[in-house]
Amino acid sequence: MPTFFEKRQLVTPGDLLAEGDYIAGENTYKEGGKIYAARTGLVEYEEKKVSVVALRAFYIPKVGDTVIGTVVEVGFNGWTVDINSPYMAILRATEVLSRPFKPQKNDLTEVLDVGDLVVAKIVAYDRTHDPQLSVNEPGLGKITRGQIVKITPTKIPRVIGKKGSMISLIKQETGCHIILGHNGVILITGKSLEDEELAMRAIRKIDEESHTTGLTDRISQLIKKEKEKKGGSQE
Amino acid sequence: MSQKPEKLIDKKGLRLDGRKPDELRPIKIEVGALSNADGSAYIEQGKNKILAAVYGPKEVHPKHMALPDRMVLRCRYHMAPFSVQERKSPAPSRREIELSKVIREAVEPAIFMEYYPRTAIDVFVEVLQADGSTRCASITAASLALADAGIPMRDLVSACSAGKVDDTIVLDLMDTEDKVGSADVPVAFMPNLGVITLLQMDGILTPEEFEKTVNLAIEGCRKIYALQKEALRAKYISVKEVEE
Repeated sequence: MPTFFEKRQLVTPGDLLAEGDYIAGENTYKEGGKIYAARTGLVEYEEKKVSVVALRAFYIPKVGDTVIGTVVEVGFNGWTVDINSPYMAILRATEVLSRPFKPQKNDLTEVLDVGDLVVAKIVAYDRTHDPQLSVNEPGLGKITRGQIVKITPTKIPRVIGKKGSMISLIKQETGCHIILGHNGVILITGKSLEDEELAMRAIRKIDEESHTTGLTDRISQLIKKEKEKKGGSQE
Repeated sequence: MSQKPEKLIDKKGLRLDGRKPDELRPIKIEVGALSNADGSAYIEQGKNKILAAVYGPKEVHPKHMALPDRMVLRCRYHMAPFSVQERKSPAPSRREIELSKVIREAVEPAIFMEYYPRTAIDVFVEVLQADGSTRCASITAASLALADAGIPMRDLVSACSAGKVDDTIVLDLMDTEDKVGSADVPVAFMPNLGVITLLQMDGILTPEEFEKTVNLAIEGCRKIYALQKEALRAKYISVKEVEE
């Protein structure tokens, strides 16, 4: 049962990753007992599972994911939301308005209009239907303030870090509240614009350098340096 | 333009541009050449200069074209008016429409079409300068652009032509060899899976010659495949080096 690459090595589609009794994980496929890569990325071998962490991919909805989207259309009984994915999401009016909803009486644009940003959860999705959203949970709903950063969706786990180490570092150091959308859209709300910008820069750096090691240390260095600079100029 | 050369292969057995019969033209590939597209690639093969751009997967417009069980792959091959000696009308010609279909069918087997139903992928191939075997170079570039866009693929598709010129079987035909020579066989191939996705023939060959020609073209595809992989890696390796 040989493997043909080392851990975290760069592979391209069609590369033979392993042969024999292995399980094909993400971004790989199995044919005739052999596992091949299906995307460009870094290969991972975990016991029997072979997977590829993609460097470039798009967001495919998954039930339970938190996403941040933009309203692109207001319909008769709901909204169409662009969630940075090949599929448009649907947010029903009954999900947003707690009271009984009548299309003749309520004007939906008063609640959410085209261009508004929402934090929502995916409650239903399969191959045959577009994803459906819900905002019936604390922390979800229309975004009123903060900054948005877009990164490659596959890099969200890297922003979270091991057991949330990376994200808690950024939150602690900048004092910002950060919501990660699984679709690669991130909302940052802080006390001041500078705090928000610092958090944004840190997240962009993670996006660019996600395939390198020792990233948490470098991010913490970046934040410290920026803080010192700011502190010096104020005095 | 230039008049018909009498001999395409000289006494030493070399071709018009000094190549050996089984030699490819110099190839340069760049992945991610366009920042607006989701994926892109640029290829120079001899005097050929071709850009490929990929958009998607995205919602299908018009909606009735969407398929309930698979993606839709749309492909447009286009030659720039200045890509050949005599101005080419920018309107899609009969030949361009055929090549669009041929390129689509050559790259489609490499894509997991059933993964994302009701979506579409658009592939645009723009020939900036043409010098023979553009369909092959276009397929090579298109498959790289698809991989760059993060679309799940079984393998990269490499394409190369071979043919008969002055009773010699030669690899990677250029424009004059294609026009004056006696046969041209373009082949698209997925090297890791050993699958041929395009096989055409223009001209006359005996069955023995045909087999020899196809095998030579496949050898060419393998060489191009190595270059494709290198180009795809180069995009990320360069980022790594800057940081460390």
